[in-house]
Amino acid sequence: MLPYPILTVFLILMWLLLNGFTLGHFVLGTLVAVFASWGMASLRPDKPKIRKWHLLFKLFGIAFYDIIRSNLAVAAVILRGRPKGHVSSFLLLPLEIEDRTALALLAVILTSTPGSAWLEYDSHDRTVLLHVLDLVDEEQWIDTIKNRYEKLLVEIFA
Amino acid sequence: MILAPADLPLWAAIAVAFFLLFGASLTLIGAIGFLKLPTFYERIHAPTLGTSWGVGGVMLASMIFFSVTSSRLVVHEVLIGLFITVTTPVTFMLLARAALHRDRAENTGYAPEKKKASLPVQEEGQIRPADN
Repeated sequence: MLPYPILTVFLILMWLLLNGFTLGHFVLGTLVAVFASWGMASLRPDKPKIRKWHLLFKLFGIAFYDIIRSNLAVAAVILRGRPKGHVSSFLLLPLEIEDRTALALLAVILTSTPGSAWLEYDSHDRTVLLHVLDLVDEEQWIDTIKNRYEKLLVEIFA
Repeated sequence: MILAPADLPLWAAIAVAFFLLFGASLTLIGAIGFLKLPTFYERIHAPTLGTSWGVGGVMLASMIFFSVTSSRLVVHEVLIGLFITVTTPVTFMLLARAALHRDRAENTGYAPEKKKASLPVQEEGQIRPADN
């Protein structure tokens, strides 16, 4: 009946947020959400296996903080120029995660963070090509991504 | 009860003005960077200012303003922020990979070469002698 219960709940919630919290819209939204989740099921995507929900919030918290910080950093680079010794460069990052949802989540976080750009994932080598606007130490960057984000993602989708 | 914008309490007015200016300035700086930065791969970083805290600031300002003036919690702006965050990487990667592909094809030297690009060819080469 409901192949994606969480998706259905969120679709209903979105419908109510956009149209107002009334009983009529709840019924209509439920109808739309149920049909939409059947449509989703016929696409047969991988079902993401999330093991530790609470860590997801920790991940979002860290990402939220990092995005504010790098927003200000990139704004400074644009206005004042790059400090001496800093370069913009490509970075090949080896990844351990293979789960599609985890990869998508990491791509969204790295893309939303100004200053780092996810360019190309190679599923054969399990590497991703990044471009970093303000690079000082390559090792430190790789370390940050691996310890700050990837460790958490491995735990969440283990 | 719907308040007129002029009756907005001071704390709300300050918060709304702060977030609105914060978001708008970040978006403007992103646009300036888009114009100023020298290479394509550097330029793609600039608009992310607008799609992250640029939209975030304007979104928060709008949520505070309408929640206070209409005396109820208005949160549907979160959806705008969510959808922008989730959809930006798609166009972003399309543009970036198109640029990588062109730079590699034309050997402009901007993009790093792909390693192991010859792997499938090697496998073919190994099979062929066995067939003969």
